[in-house]
Amino acid sequence: MPHDHHDHEHDHSHEGLSPSGHPYRADNDTDLSYWQAMEIALRELLIEKGHLTAAQIHAQINAMDSRSPANGARVVARAWVDPEFKAALLADAGAASRAMGFDIGPMHLIALENTKEVHNVVVCTLCSCYPRNLLGLPPDWYKSRAYRSRTVIEPRKVLSEFGLELPEQMQVRVHDSTADMRYIVLPAQPEASLGLTEEELAAWVTRDSMIGVGLPQAPQ
Amino acid sequence: MKVRIKSHWPPGHIRTPAYLRGKIGQIERRIGLFNNPEETAYRQTGPQRELVRVRFRMADIWGARAERGEDVIEAEIYAHWLEPV
Repeated sequence: MPHDHHDHEHDHSHEGLSPSGHPYRADNDTDLSYWQAMEIALRELLIEKGHLTAAQIHAQINAMDSRSPANGARVVARAWVDPEFKAALLADAGAASRAMGFDIGPMHLIALENTKEVHNVVVCTLCSCYPRNLLGLPPDWYKSRAYRSRTVIEPRKVLSEFGLELPEQMQVRVHDSTADMRYIVLPAQPEASLGLTEEELAAWVTRDSMIGVGLPQAPQ
Repeated sequence: MKVRIKSHWPPGHIRTPAYLRGKIGQIERRIGLFNNPEETAYRQTGPQRELVRVRFRMADIWGARAERGEDVIEAEIYAHWLEPV
């Protein structure tokens, strides 16, 4: 499932493929879609009427593109080494992330703690809600219909396709991000990482472990 | 506290997933007041609504088809979609 996609041509014709067998991305020579035209019209109006400048819009795009799972990894690593911070994170993950210096805007964030008894996994069945203001843009599979519909019906099967087999007695909690809150999973700290520094620990925290489809792992 | 999600099917921008409508769950936590997306999506202004996290047993949603009945789903539901059981 993590690698389900349809970019590959399977007709074994190698015309139009790169030397490694991948199709070249088509040039965007087609007409704008309705919503692309609307986005450009709205952006130009906002600039013409003086509400925003092009530089401000681009700065915001840059800010969003610069957010990455590494931010969340630092939050998780801090929670592993600092019990007071962990308590604050579980009480109000947004406030705790801001206190660490992350600019997450108005996002309301809840941290979900994985334990020996409970495994949490996050999905947005209605669209693609994701803690972008902390972790950056979601992976493509997170937005797929397959992940969004199957995770609430057969989470264990979906997790097994990500390579995560959970013990039968462990409870799976699926969090459907339906409204105003965003979620980050606080994975359990692997025993093999005990004693490492906060900075070293951050390298163990993967994006997938903060969505709940993976576990932290030793950096390669 | 036990609640049932209303089995209503109005048109519009609804943030209550269809698969939870008519289902019974437990209030997990109350989050606070938020704008009602059913109104803000159409530029209407109305009272803010309480947002509540509700926990559902898989068995109560999917019945015998559930992978493991004691696994759970939690979702945010606006209070006007809740009714007492």
